[in-house]
Amino acid sequence: MQKQLLMGNEAIARGAVEAGVEVVTAYPGTPSSEIFSTLAKFAKQYNYQAEWSSNEKVALEVAAGAAYTGARCMVTMKQVGLNVAADPLMTLAYIGVKGGMVLAVADDPGPHSSQNEQDTRAFAKFAKLPVFDPSSPQEAKDMTKYAFGLSEELELPVFIRPTTRICHGCADVTLETIPDPDKRPKHTFEKDPKWAIMPKLSYEKHKWLSLQQEKMREIFNGLSFNRIESGNEIGIVASGLSYQYVKDALNALEIPATVLKIGTPYPLPDRPVKEFFNKVNKVLIIEEQDPVVEEQMIQLAFAQGFRISISGKLDGIVPREGEFNVDKVMKMIQRFLGTAEGEETSISLPPLPVRQPALCAGCPHRASFFAFKEAAKGLDAVFTGDIGCYTLGVTAPLQALDTCLCMGAGITMAAGLNKVEPKRSQVAFIGDSTFFHTGIPGLINCVYNKANITIVVLDNDTTAMTGYQPHPGLNVNAVGEQTIGISIPAIVKACGVEFLEIVDPNDFEKAKKVACAAMAYDGLAVVIMKAPCIKIKREKKMFSVKADLCTNCQICIKKLGCPSLFVSNGKVQVDETCTGCGLCTYVCPQNAIQEVVQDGI
Amino acid sequence: MEYNVMITGVGGQGSVLASRIVANAAMFAGYEVRTSDTIGMAQRGGSVISHVRFGDCIASPLIANGNVDILLGFELAEAVRGLKMLKPDGMAVVNEQVIVPPSVYAGISEYHEAEIKDFLEATVPHLHLFNAVQIARQAGHWKSTNIVLIGALSQIEDFPLNSDQLLESIIQTVPAKMKELNERAFRMGIRHMEELKNGHK
Ligand code: SF4
Ligand code: SF4
Repeated sequence: MQKQLLMGNEAIARGAVEAGVEVVTAYPGTPSSEIFSTLAKFAKQYNYQAEWSSNEKVALEVAAGAAYTGARCMVTMKQVGLNVAADPLMTLAYIGVKGGMVLAVADDPGPHSSQNEQDTRAFAKFAKLPVFDPSSPQEAKDMTKYAFGLSEELELPVFIRPTTRICHGCADVTLETIPDPDKRPKHTFEKDPKWAIMPKLSYEKHKWLSLQQEKMREIFNGLSFNRIESGNEIGIVASGLSYQYVKDALNALEIPATVLKIGTPYPLPDRPVKEFFNKVNKVLIIEEQDPVVEEQMIQLAFAQGFRISISGKLDGIVPREGEFNVDKVMKMIQRFLGTAEGEETSISLPPLPVRQPALCAGCPHRASFFAFKEAAKGLDAVFTGDIGCYTLGVTAPLQALDTCLCMGAGITMAAGLNKVEPKRSQVAFIGDSTFFHTGIPGLINCVYNKANITIVVLDNDTTAMTGYQPHPGLNVNAVGEQTIGISIPAIVKACGVEFLEIVDPNDFEKAKKVACAAMAYDGLAVVIMKAPCIKIKREKKMFSVKADLCTNCQICIKKLGCPSLFVSNGKVQVDETCTGCGLCTYVCPQNAIQEVVQDGI
Repeated sequence: MEYNVMITGVGGQGSVLASRIVANAAMFAGYEVRTSDTIGMAQRGGSVISHVRFGDCIASPLIANGNVDILLGFELAEAVRGLKMLKPDGMAVVNEQVIVPPSVYAGISEYHEAEIKDFLEATVPHLHLFNAVQIARQAGHWKSTNIVLIGALSQIEDFPLNSDQLLESIIQTVPAKMKELNERAFRMGIRHMEELKNGHK
């Protein structure tokens, strides 16, 4: 059998292709993005449809339509994206699907790149839908592949919920064959009242959905993703990736505990749990995020009359916050057993610099923020932010953003702030992809409800933070075909905005003037800062500091925080990562930063 | 057998690719492999860590404290950040490049280069500290620093993967048009270590 080194996200994509997926939709979001990027890459070769949808709700609905015909579909997103898709999801669970539908929703305990640590397993339980929790990239692939058939058997969407360390970790994965796309059956939508939800049907379908819970549980009882590894009378339960930490921890501690591995946290399979209760005399449940398995196990123990003590999050042994690792899990086990916790490794490090992520050298967002900061001097303006690379405008020295909540909230929250403080200036920043995702309803609301704010669309021709995906503003789609890109200025104008300016932030003096005019304007003003992300398009330019002119005031570094500027031997210098945006030349009072004439990079 | 490599650096230095190259080579060599990389926000100049584990039977994708056999440091301070994880007799191959983060210029934190370097030298008995970015520039581009470091890694005594396996993995992993540059960078990393060895004799 052929093995290949695959990232968890690639393994999930591979599982979908091995299952014969026919339609894939997604909105990018770390740590889920590479599932779809991988699928998009192979869409032509294996003849399936793949689209970056404009947001997660749209993605889920497009896939639902396709699944109604009997086609196999996958939808991918990150955990907070599921909130956006919650509306169709909650009712789709009642209606059900015909073709297998797998929702790959990636969670981010830590969090590493997210606004919160919400648990998709809890969401699945809320929606009454089954969820798989993989413990490795191999299992992620196997579960994904299996989930399509399960979805068809249950006629329900099925979740697979990898976490960051599964998504962004590689492993040797065994590949299986990919079915011939030409041998797929033809699908067609068959008209039937069951596809249109009405209150009466809803009640009937809710009853059906409740019955399906027991059917799912019965199926899960027989799956080897859930299994007992027998040992002594100490019982440890682990869901998903925690299973691997538990294995390493028990090994290191030399404790031969009995382990119950859970691969389907909802609905919890009852047979292996009962068998496990009969083998052990106390139980510790280790799962990241919410006590999803724990609460179901306590319910089951109580309802079935098992007299056994169950530890986990509810008695404080296992934290609800943050991500786990082997060392943390060892401590949980030691706390549970009342044995001494291991000593911390003793070396204490010298003080190290704080290294937070920052905008790239030459990022046009830096110039946009700086233009508005200059324009807002002395105005005590509030800058609301949104989700994307530009969220990094929060960090020092720019400190350009005062708020960040969720996708699309920059515009709407500025409008809310304006209602209470109409005399103060509010400036909302939003990226191009985010504008298409949930920015447009906010814009419409601003016009209609007369918000007197400035909206700045940072249009850099890509969805940069999640890996440079295309979006509806571009003339190219996910699989590289030409398409009709939607013009942001045309939308803004169509919404009735009277003040609209488009400017290149790298043309700094002009950008600053536009920023001043927009903030001074009485009424809704929209500024589109248009310059491509430096990672997708750059000129072959570089700057350097003329040592004889530089007085080492370090104003350039302190104001902009461009990572290409540094001080060496008491002198400001520009390193080879400079992209030649020229922003620093506008702030240098000595004109000491000048373009290098060179013969190409 | 179980072997743990930790790669620490600054987002954008190419540590994710390095982790993939080592992991791929380990798979060629017939081992079970698990890795974990920092992808996402931290890739924009934040601290990044990759764990690469291979051996006969590997469970967790993260290395436990004190279990790192080799630390591959892409930047001076980031290498020191990873030291807590190193085995007492672990090795370190470190690029001595210093990348001062914006927080230092903003007055939020400090970068004590001399102190950090002294600490590294005093704490790690088997340390190879050298200017990999300089060698990468000589090879053709600073961006091949990661490959120079992998070249150096291949020369570490008892490292379970040999240079042929690593080179094969590099060729498979990097974009075709970067092949020549990276092959050169790899060989220069090897040569640097050989010169060190001969110099010590
Ligand atoms: S021109 Fe100045 S601000 Fe722009 S990337 Fe180069 S050093 Fe940074
Ligand atoms: S990836 Fe692009 S948008 Fe993101 S910080 Fe870098 S230059 Fe800016």
